[in-house]
Amino acid sequence: MATGTGFIELDGVEKVFEVRRRTGFLRSERREVRAVDGIGFRVERGEMVGYIGPNGAGKSTTIKMLTGILTPSGGRLRVAGIDPSRERTRLAHRIGVVFGQRTTLWWDLPLRDSYRLVHRMYRVPDARFRENLERCVELLDLGALLDVPVRQLSLGQRMRGDIAAALLHDPEVLYLDEPTIGLDVVSKAKVRGFLRDLNAERGTTVLLTTHDLTDIEQLCRRVMVIDHGRLMYDGALAGLHEVGESERTLVVDLERELPPIRLESEPSVRTVKVEGPRQWLAFPASGSAAPLVARIAAEYPLVDLSVREPDIEAVIAKMYASAEAR
Amino acid sequence: MGMRLYAVVAAGGFRRHATYRIATAAGVFTNTVFGFILAYTYTALWDERPQLGGYDLSQALTYVWLGQALLATSAMMGGGFEDELVERIRTGDVAVDLYRPVDLQLWWLAGDLGRAAFQLLARGVVPMLLGALAFPLALPGSPGVWLAFLVSVTLGVVVSFALRYLVALSAFWLMDGAGAAQIAFLAGLFFSGLLLPLTLFPGVLGEVARALPWSALLQVPADVFLGKHAGWGLVEAFAFQGGWALALLLAGRLVQSVATRRVVVQGG
Repeated sequence: MATGTGFIELDGVEKVFEVRRRTGFLRSERREVRAVDGIGFRVERGEMVGYIGPNGAGKSTTIKMLTGILTPSGGRLRVAGIDPSRERTRLAHRIGVVFGQRTTLWWDLPLRDSYRLVHRMYRVPDARFRENLERCVELLDLGALLDVPVRQLSLGQRMRGDIAAALLHDPEVLYLDEPTIGLDVVSKAKVRGFLRDLNAERGTTVLLTTHDLTDIEQLCRRVMVIDHGRLMYDGALAGLHEVGESERTLVVDLERELPPIRLESEPSVRTVKVEGPRQWLAFPASGSAAPLVARIAAEYPLVDLSVREPDIEAVIAKMYASAEAR
Repeated sequence: MGMRLYAVVAAGGFRRHATYRIATAAGVFTNTVFGFILAYTYTALWDERPQLGGYDLSQALTYVWLGQALLATSAMMGGGFEDELVERIRTGDVAVDLYRPVDLQLWWLAGDLGRAAFQLLARGVVPMLLGALAFPLALPGSPGVWLAFLVSVTLGVVVSFALRYLVALSAFWLMDGAGAAQIAFLAGLFFSGLLLPLTLFPGVLGEVARALPWSALLQVPADVFLGKHAGWGLVEAFAFQGGWALALLLAGRLVQSVATRRVVVQGG
């Protein structure tokens, strides 16, 4: 992935926090926490990339460095050719940020007032502003909400309002930190649909952190997985299965209750669960189910069977667990 | 950076407070009640000691009602933007404010000026009118004095803002603004002259109290209103307020840049 000049470029970026812990009345212990520990990636203009990892993996720290509100402790970082922490204000005109759990909207005033503020803050030309606002209002379904004070909006409505606020100045790149957190199914679908269109029609580069892997599955062709401040995976979503050594599950219904199935010819197959006449067998996702089914049919009184695909969450959970064990 | 942005922020500050009508009405009621209580107390006091602190009775009563009218405007007992800023610092939301292309201090100052303008109109005018109906107040006759008074109030609001900004920024280090806010509240109550005019404070205490920035909040504007400062005296009064405003704003900027560096390097 490190070919060409990316729109977002990171090379060996580190962020070390010094944490002081009080150990006595006046004594305190200093400890270093490496929140981001040598990360490198490139994101091309117009890409839509998922950035995932467990809590405390370093996702938000990365986003904060990309916006310039945190300075890296080491490494090189560029967004649109700009060093974010040195030229935070210049960069601000070219990026949009949505933090799912923090709002930039004026709490006690109608949504419209916050947009007026954005208009002046980023000095958006009047015609451009009107056009962008109309578009966001239409696509994010904000028409009825513009004159409602933000404190009266539901979480989903507020999130849509925040996303619109981040886009009125035509940012070239949009960082979204947990944009669907706490939203209901309908709101999630609306937000995802909007982001997909934004990326397709305007070519806005999108970097998305989330806990909801459906967001990634529906939006991003490329995904980066971070854990303990290191990049664990960077590539196509489909490829995660191979890296995560994921397994498919064969659910077998036998005629009667039998001891766990064991196949001499298929050593990679494990029986993971037995419940009466039903048994669950795990086998590598990369392998084919056909020879396995044939063997079981030949050696056991088979009644019925089904194959379950591994879900991405399980894959990633496994990935985190194996990193933990290392 | 564009004055239009800060004009929008100030207008927002005005409108935000305007949305809380019941709170405003309750505030007007409280100011009026306290105005009456203090006015009767002062009447008793001035009956015993006429010309106390250099004021006659009607001037003293005017001082009382000015105090009530400016209580919310100059946020003498707090109650402006600072709770919100402390909360944003505590929760880390202040980081979001930092990536926007605005100056943090000017942003909050503009919002606070908008708030003060609203509160001067909503919580200043009504108690003052009621006070003037019930008591013989010493209202200025010339429009020049009214104008000077408005300038002095504005400078007082800026001083008040700068003080509260410093107090709020302490949350970057203390993580809990309550203690600092408590001290600021007591200092504001005592040294602004809200309870007793600072001209009544004896000896050195009076000298010190009149030199502290809090006297710019009520004592100076009230004396301008009462015509105690005229000619060069008025210039001196403005210079006193403006000097404190400038010094405290600069101090706020300094603390802000240290705090910002801390957030940017340490993540808050």
